[in-house]
Amino acid sequence: MARILEHKAKEVLRGYGISVPQGAVAPSGEAAMRVAAEIGFPVIVKAQVFVTGRAAKGLIRTARTPAEAADAAQQVLGRTVGGFPVELVLVEAKLSLGRELFAACLASDEIAGPLALLGNRGGSGIEDMAARGEAVLARRPFDPEEGLDEATAAGMASECGLRGDEAAAVTDCLARLARVYLEKEARSLEVNPLAITADGRAVALDCHFSEDDYAVPRHPELGVEIAREIGHPPTELERIAAAYEETDYRGTFYFLELGAKGDRLVGFHGAGGGGSMMSMDALVRHGFSAKNFCDTSGNPSAAKVYRACKHILAQDGIIGYFASGSGVASQEQFHSARGMVKAFREWPLCVPAVIRLGGNKEEVAIDILTRFLADLPVPVEAYGKDDSAAFCAARLDALVREHPPIAPYNCTPTARTEQAQEEYRFSIRTGNISFDHAMCVRCERTPCIPSCHAGILEAPDGKPRLKEPAGETAHRCTECLACELACYEAGMRSLRIDLPIAGFDEYLRARKAR
Amino acid sequence: MSILVHANTRVLVQGITGREGQVRTQLMQGYGPQVVAGVTPGRGGEEVLGVPVFDTVQDAVARVGTIDASVVFVPAQFAFGAAKEAMDAGVKLVVIVPDRVPLHDVMKLAKFARQTGAAFLGPNTLGCLSPGKGVLGMMGGSPEAARKFFRPGRVGISSRSGGITSSIAYYLKKAGIGASTIVHVGGDSIVGLPHPAILKLFQDDPETDVVVMFGEIGTTQEERVAEMMRRGEFTKPLVAYIGGKQAEEGTRFSHAGAIVEGGRGGYQSKVDALRDAGAVIVDNFEELPAKTAEVLARLKRL
Repeated sequence: MARILEHKAKEVLRGYGISVPQGAVAPSGEAAMRVAAEIGFPVIVKAQVFVTGRAAKGLIRTARTPAEAADAAQQVLGRTVGGFPVELVLVEAKLSLGRELFAACLASDEIAGPLALLGNRGGSGIEDMAARGEAVLARRPFDPEEGLDEATAAGMASECGLRGDEAAAVTDCLARLARVYLEKEARSLEVNPLAITADGRAVALDCHFSEDDYAVPRHPELGVEIAREIGHPPTELERIAAAYEETDYRGTFYFLELGAKGDRLVGFHGAGGGGSMMSMDALVRHGFSAKNFCDTSGNPSAAKVYRACKHILAQDGIIGYFASGSGVASQEQFHSARGMVKAFREWPLCVPAVIRLGGNKEEVAIDILTRFLADLPVPVEAYGKDDSAAFCAARLDALVREHPPIAPYNCTPTARTEQAQEEYRFSIRTGNISFDHAMCVRCERTPCIPSCHAGILEAPDGKPRLKEPAGETAHRCTECLACELACYEAGMRSLRIDLPIAGFDEYLRARKAR
Repeated sequence: MSILVHANTRVLVQGITGREGQVRTQLMQGYGPQVVAGVTPGRGGEEVLGVPVFDTVQDAVARVGTIDASVVFVPAQFAFGAAKEAMDAGVKLVVIVPDRVPLHDVMKLAKFARQTGAAFLGPNTLGCLSPGKGVLGMMGGSPEAARKFFRPGRVGISSRSGGITSSIAYYLKKAGIGASTIVHVGGDSIVGLPHPAILKLFQDDPETDVVVMFGEIGTTQEERVAEMMRRGEFTKPLVAYIGGKQAEEGTRFSHAGAIVEGGRGGYQSKVDALRDAGAVIVDNFEELPAKTAEVLARLKRL
């Protein structure tokens, strides 16, 4: 779930006719002072960060004068809270309040539908209090298309003891909140407190808005940068990975830097949610720390796995590479193997690697890894479903003891590196394929042709090209990389598959310059 | 019997002309059950792997007759439309394979399923497989692998992690224990057939004696299973492993459903609830086969 900052969430609420305090964001003490002067004192100055319990952490302050407003803002701006820097404060009018309530909409897995909540008091711990009978928490399922109807919302207000104008104001607010929840496709939307002002209006004083990760592409207006919950501001590499993932729906690629320190850091490459977690545990039990979390699963293309490998390899300070998933995958494991081969030779790999690609077609995968990586100056061991993650972590432990990281060396990549003399080139879904026909005519077997899973190539004159109609057949390429590896293995290296990652090379250059 | 998929289940594949659709159609054709039709809008009249392709599910039903289950292999953003179309046409079980189906689409589907009396497995599921009978989805990947990984028996498997589902079945097989049906309920926070629904089916299945469940942090599925046990709605022995012990609150490492929010759905509360209700909890994943064997041996002695 992608979290939306309070000020942005309130802007959305306002757009749906829900009252929020008058206010604006400010990036500096001076700006805070200006906003406060416009609103009129007293004001509340609230740090814009993704943490709960801000008041207790001194992140919410009241100011009665311009100087106090500037001071309150300066006190919190630039601080780092829970890994997030405070870059903005929200300066709001301090309202004269009556009672405070709790209102929320969330997705209940129990009823497989949306649920509206209204509590008769605000603050934290409303659910526990309701369970102990110290508070009332009205819960109502509502229709995922129609929303929360007036009568149901009124019943909730009544259950919470609201009467008259207060009940009407809260009923209206709840129905609107449900509309925001459905139309913006939030995962959860919580207004706490929902205050009743002295003049009987319902006002959202705070708002926790989590957008459904998978709906983020449908809601660019929310400005969510990375559609995934992470406990720190996204790093450059995480941003690059997430941006790429947005463009390629085949399988899952997720990359997260864990910020681990020490001299036992490992590049971690998991596959599948459950299996990745277990494999990471196995690493930890052998005294390693995963430098990153990475998951390539759901049958990603070899091209996608290749890109994932490059993200992992790009990290400084790793002493090993560990790939392991559940052990018995349904996805064809040779795709991952090919992606790794291309990445490891191209980068090249400078640390020992243990690769556990158990499951469907594991024998092919292990054979590919062994055949294509045996000549590297660092060991690469490949295992399958009958070797546990614990065993593989122990193997990596043994390998790193004997093989410390080495300096980058000359390694022949699987792709052609020279300029083509007679280039034949076509685009595939996420990159392009280039042949040097001047070299191809010297190749007797043209192994690229039978290696192609989609069967889209032909070479009647010894020059591989797309079968006609070319535009349509290129689209059928599954980016399995088999042709490039076959060409390399035949000793030709006429073929080159370019699989760019937007921003990746720029990132490396900038890092080098630093 | 088995649950959800049997040797004679008549299957439709939605998105049959795509990369995944074709590879998994070969899986189902090679392992069972029968793939009777495929659907890809705009490709009606073609044939893929010997299977007739139709533009709509309605067309397919009209031409090939009864369809028991549809397996959806379309990209996530089209999954809602595809699944709804299948339910509309009277298909009673829809297996939604793609990952990243928006949450609100799933809630709308749940409503639609209730209205039409249909059920759906997933989204974000490998599907289900009854060893020796048939598979719906992509479990096992290829017919040869599926035959190698799974063997028939009397243990039902229900799991929230795809890879782990197959791992459990395979490691049980290595210990000589076969499975009645293997179900991946899907990794998302809301799924059509969560653990409680699957355990209800296993309860009513005369060929299932014991159930092995892989639970995870997040959602209320495991807690609800514990309640079913306490109420006597699930009475067969249950062996359970709960993943995500190390995960910190609020960070999502893996499945969308595996996240602890607001203190709910944590590791300990699930373990406690299940243990109190009489389930056998396994702390180390590697011990699952041995513990399951013990439970089976105890049953035989009774």
